[in-house]
Amino acid sequence: MDLYEYQAKDLFAAHGVPVLPGDVATNPADAKAIAAKFGQAVVVKAQVKTGGRGKAGGVKLASTPEETEEKATAILGLDIKGHIVHRVLVTPASDIAEEYYFSFLLDRANRTFLAMASVEGGMDIEEVAATKPEALAKIHIDAIKGVDAAKAKEIADAANFPAEVKDQVIDVIVKLWETFVAEDATLVEVNPLVRDPQDKIVALDGKVTLDENADFRHPAHAELVDKQAENPLEAKAKEKGLNYVKLDGEVGIIGNGAGLVMSTLDVVAYAGEQYGVKPANFLDIGGGASAEVMANGLDVILHDEAVRSVFVNVFGGITACDAVANGIVKALEILGDEATKPLVVRLDGNNVEEGRRILAEANHPLVTVVDTMDNAAAKAAELAAAGV
Amino acid sequence: MAIFLNENSKVIVQGMTGAEGTKHTKRMLASGTNIVGGVNPRKAGEKVDFDGTVLPVFGTVKEAMEATGANVTVIFVPPAFSKAAVVEAIDAEIELAVVITEGIPVHDTAYFWAHAVATGNKTRIIGPNCPGIISPGKSNAGIIPANIAGSGKIGLVSKSGTLTYQMMYELRDFGFSTAIGIGGDPIIGTTHIDALEAFQADDETIAIVMIGEIGGDAEERAAAYIKENVTKPVVGYVAGFTAPEGKTMGHAGAIVSGSAGTAQAKKEALEAAGVKVGKTPSETAALMREIMQNL
Repeated sequence: MDLYEYQAKDLFAAHGVPVLPGDVATNPADAKAIAAKFGQAVVVKAQVKTGGRGKAGGVKLASTPEETEEKATAILGLDIKGHIVHRVLVTPASDIAEEYYFSFLLDRANRTFLAMASVEGGMDIEEVAATKPEALAKIHIDAIKGVDAAKAKEIADAANFPAEVKDQVIDVIVKLWETFVAEDATLVEVNPLVRDPQDKIVALDGKVTLDENADFRHPAHAELVDKQAENPLEAKAKEKGLNYVKLDGEVGIIGNGAGLVMSTLDVVAYAGEQYGVKPANFLDIGGGASAEVMANGLDVILHDEAVRSVFVNVFGGITACDAVANGIVKALEILGDEATKPLVVRLDGNNVEEGRRILAEANHPLVTVVDTMDNAAAKAAELAAAGV
Repeated sequence: MAIFLNENSKVIVQGMTGAEGTKHTKRMLASGTNIVGGVNPRKAGEKVDFDGTVLPVFGTVKEAMEATGANVTVIFVPPAFSKAAVVEAIDAEIELAVVITEGIPVHDTAYFWAHAVATGNKTRIIGPNCPGIISPGKSNAGIIPANIAGSGKIGLVSKSGTLTYQMMYELRDFGFSTAIGIGGDPIIGTTHIDALEAFQADDETIAIVMIGEIGGDAEERAAAYIKENVTKPVVGYVAGFTAPEGKTMGHAGAIVSGSAGTAQAKKEALEAAGVKVGKTPSETAALMREIMQNL
C-alpha cells in the first residue's frame, strides 16, 4: 500500500526523522485556518499517490492565509494523472540551500535491500540515474545486519554528502532504516531531503510503500487506508477477501491463480480488439476456491455497471471444477433477477466432467460453456460487444 | 534424472498437521511421494494416519532428518511463522526446502534468504508463495496436481501456479521431466536462471518452457543467461501484456512500475536470446509442440 505524503511524514516523525510541521485540509477554509495558525508563508501540497505533482500544478506557495485559501481552492479537485485531489497538506515554506535524494527499497535482482543516495536531489531520480549515474550511490544492505551508524556513514560517504551536514545525514539514514524495518516498508523515499541555510537537514517530502503481507503484525496500518479514495467495487471485494483490481473495460474476468488471470486479461484484450472491448477487472479467486468464493466474486463483478459480459476461466488444480460450477449456479440463484449479463465459462482440470455436467443440468439461460480459453475469450468479447 | 527432486527424495512436511499441510500431505502421498514424516514442535512424538500411511511427527527438522534421512522439506506453516521454519530448515542443512506459504512479509523472506547465503547456500529454497515442484512419476513436493501430465522430456519453470497447470495440461501428451513453480513474490529462492541451468545439465530434459510475468527483471536476466549458456530449445510465455502501470496483479511482485517490468520488454529480451515467445498459453504450447515434433 502506498501512503500519502502526510502519512509518510507522520511515520518519519514517529521514528525521529526530522520533518516540517504541517496539517491536512480537505477544504479551502481549513487550509486558510492552518496558514493563519502558522503565521508565515506556506506551501499548499496536493496529497495524491503519484509523482509529478509540481508540474501538474499541485504544489503552490502562498504568502497569506487568503492566498492559501485561493491556492487550496485551485488544487482541491484537480485531476493529477487520474488521481483526484481530496486533501492538501499546508506546511510552512522553508528556505532551501541544497536538495538531496535518499531511499531504501527492495532490490529484487539481488534478493536484498538497497540504499540509494544522491546530493543531486529534487528532480526525478530516474532521470539522474539515466543521465548521470555516477551521481547516484547504490549500496546493498544485508537484511540481517541492517543499517547502523557505520553502514550509514558508508552510504553518506559514497554519495559525497558535504562534511558540514554529514553527521546529521548519517543520523537520518539510520532513522529511515528504522522506519523501513519497523513498519515493514518496501520503499522509503525522501526527495528532496533538504539542507536549509542554517545547515539543518529536513525531510521535505516523503514516499512510503507498506507491505500488506505484514499487516498481521501492524494493526495500526489499517487506519492508513483511505476508504474515500478506494474504488467502491475494490472496497467491496476487499471486504470479502477477494483479490480484485478494477480496470476500464467491459468484459468481467474471474479466474483462479494470479498468473492465469493475468493471462486471461491478455487473451480477452486480444480477442476484444476487433470489437473495441477490454477486460473490466482482475479477479483471482485463488487456488482453493470454494462455491462461496465464486459466488462472492460473481456478486462483485455483476454489480459493476461497466460490465457487459463475464468470462469465468478456471483450471482446476486444487480447486475442483464441480465446486466452481456449484458456485456459479448458487450465485445466479442468489442474484436472481439482478443477474442480467451473459456468462462464458471455461473449465478444465480437476473434476471437469462433473463441473460441466452441473452447468449443463442447471441449463441457465445466461451461461455458455466453451471448451478452450481462446474460444471462450472470443465468445465473451463478442457478447460484450453485442451488449454495449 | 529430473532436477532437484527425484525417486530417491525423502520428504518431510513442516506444518503437516495443519489444515493445508494435512490436505496436501494426503495428495502428495497419493501421487507416490516418499513422505517420511512431519515437523510440529507441539506434537512431537505423535503419529498421524493419512488414509492408511502412518507418519511420525518430529519436534525439529534436524530430528526428522536424523531419524528418517529426509533430504527435502515442504513448508506449509502460516506466514507469521514461516521465517522461523525456513531458518530452521537452513540450519539443519536440508538439501531442498519448498516454501508453499503465501503472504510471507518480504522482510522475512529477505531475512531467511540472507541467512541461507550467510551459511553457504547449503539449502536450495524454492518459493515462497509457489506451487512447488513435481518430477512426474518420481516425486511431488508441493501442491501441483499429479494427474495433469505424466513424465516426459520437457522441463517447465514458471512464476505462476495455475499457468504451470495450464501449460502441463496443454502439453500432457509429451510429459515433463520436472515442472517447477518458483513463485511470484518479489524475493524468491530458486530463480528462472537456476532452473534453466539445471535443465540444461539434465540428460532427461530436451526442451524447456519458461513462464514469466510482469514485474522485476528476472525474465530479462534469464534471457541473457539463455543466450550464453542454454543450448536446448526454450519456449517462453509472459503473462500481463495488457496490465496497466501501477496496479499489482495478484502476486506481490507482479506490478509494472514506470518503464520497468513490462511484458513487452521481457518478450523482446527473450526473443533477442533466440527464445520463441507465445502471445497466449495455447500459442506457447503450439510452439513447443512444433519443437518436440522436430526433435
